[in-house]
Amino acid sequence: MSAVVLERDPPRTLRRRSIIPGFGLTMGFALTYMSLLVLIPFVAMFAKALELSWADMWALVTDERVVASYRLSFGASLLAAVLNLFFGVLTAWALVRYEFPGKRVIDALVDLPFALPTAVAGIALTGIYATTGWVGQYFEPFGIRISYTAIGVVIALTFIGLPFVVRTVQPVLQDLEAETEEAAATLGATRWQTFRRVLFPSLLPAILTGFAMAFARAVGEYGSVVFIAGNIPFRTEITPLLIIIRLEQYDFAGAAAIGCVMLLFAFVMLLLINMLQLWSGSRGRAH
Amino acid sequence: MVRRRQNPALAEPRWVRYTILATVLTFLAFFLVMPLYAVFHEALRQGLGVYWASITEPDAVKAIQLTLLVVAISVPMNVLFGICAAWAITKFQFRGKQVLISLIDLPFAVSPVIAGLIIVLMYGAHGWLGPWLMEHEFRIVFAVPGIVLATAFVTFPFVARELIPHMQEQGTDSEEAALSLGASGWQTFFRVTLPAIKWSLLYGVILCNARAMGEFGAVSVVSGKIRGLTNTMPLHVEILYNEYQLAAAFAVASLLAGLAVVTLVVKSLLEWRAAREQARAEQEGLAQLQERLA
Repeated sequence: MSAVVLERDPPRTLRRRSIIPGFGLTMGFALTYMSLLVLIPFVAMFAKALELSWADMWALVTDERVVASYRLSFGASLLAAVLNLFFGVLTAWALVRYEFPGKRVIDALVDLPFALPTAVAGIALTGIYATTGWVGQYFEPFGIRISYTAIGVVIALTFIGLPFVVRTVQPVLQDLEAETEEAAATLGATRWQTFRRVLFPSLLPAILTGFAMAFARAVGEYGSVVFIAGNIPFRTEITPLLIIIRLEQYDFAGAAAIGCVMLLFAFVMLLLINMLQLWSGSRGRAH
Repeated sequence: MVRRRQNPALAEPRWVRYTILATVLTFLAFFLVMPLYAVFHEALRQGLGVYWASITEPDAVKAIQLTLLVVAISVPMNVLFGICAAWAITKFQFRGKQVLISLIDLPFAVSPVIAGLIIVLMYGAHGWLGPWLMEHEFRIVFAVPGIVLATAFVTFPFVARELIPHMQEQGTDSEEAALSLGASGWQTFFRVTLPAIKWSLLYGVILCNARAMGEFGAVSVVSGKIRGLTNTMPLHVEILYNEYQLAAAFAVASLLAGLAVVTLVVKSLLEWRAAREQARAEQEGLAQLQERLA
């Protein structure tokens, strides 16, 4: 009898009653595992950073060399994400709307940056864009160096973020109803107007989500960048590399301080991406 | 499809179509095909003899063995976590569910270097548990356990993320039916739930495995890079590359690139399979509807 009452009155309990067993076991294991692996170590990092006074902390995270690395990491990541936004939308469009030989292979290949170890991508890209490389040699006569400069960093980050925009836009484009486009055409819209006024607004949340994901991933990326960047202090050092340099100098508090800045950024991006996904979700339902 | 292409109002002009296709294919050729091809090209540049010698040299073999060991521990741990988390999240209603799902995504959002950093700050000689661990002569940082932890950290969302949406879609009806027919909880899981989720599970395991074998940033912070002892395959590639042993570096890298290609093939096969099954289910539904109407 009391069980029935409980079922009718769920807000009093933390979870609704169910006849399915195993909540305690699975939830317990999942939470313990996550706490040991992720949550407690994060607390350890904040604790380490908080050993510093605010003034010291501020000095560490605004050190000239660190600020130069923010500029490169965020600037190059933003540029790479913009490149990915443009090419990603085109790629998704071509994969959904056009037929061409080898389409399935290319569709599968788009995920290569997720599957290829970053170090492997790093050394391959460095070789290609070095002054003697397949592509680099054609830029060298014009005085443009790609590997070991900020341009190389952008190239590596573009590679790393390539799948995000494609994979967020592709399913939305696939699910769009042909009727809205037909209606626009019937009402006299040109193809470009249809794209700009009808298709683009419904794709926008997905495009922005992919953009934010590519950007967030690029800022944290390490493996593919360290090879192509050349790692010259003040010029081609990325922020994650500075954490490693601080650690090698046994400056744990300094490493933790920079780590906190990056983590804060990651949280903000995670929040932003979640909000974008909610927005695209409500868009999807409104249609 | 055909109609769309013939109707000028619903398709781009021919030149636009070709320009888009050409742009996309050029971009992908430079950014995807060329790096992949370059790895194998550089690996085989000095002939098969050098290639074979590079991947059978003792340090390389040690690195391969270590990578396999790390994967053999961290992937099953994450599979267990993924199944547990997905079960708790999808089969029950409770408060804070959304927070939990966001927390699972956390390792995707943070830099792998941070993953390494927090392990050093937690278990390193100067970390929280460092002194205690030293007393008991148990090393985590600069040893295999640290590499396993770092790998597990960066790969732990993969399985859970594949399972959660799939299990959410399936709901709880089949489990409730099995339980009310007298099956035990374990029987329900192994005979009802597991068969239904096995392909998503495999999909998650494959992605998790690929990332685990190739993880570089997190592992390089905690490993100490001691040759033959704490050197995984990606770290071995880095060491060889920095010593200008390019052919050897690319030879080991080509093994990892091969793994990536296999991963993509299996992943595509699984996706095509899922698409086919969905199409079949839709067709069956349609046929049933027609039958009923007739």
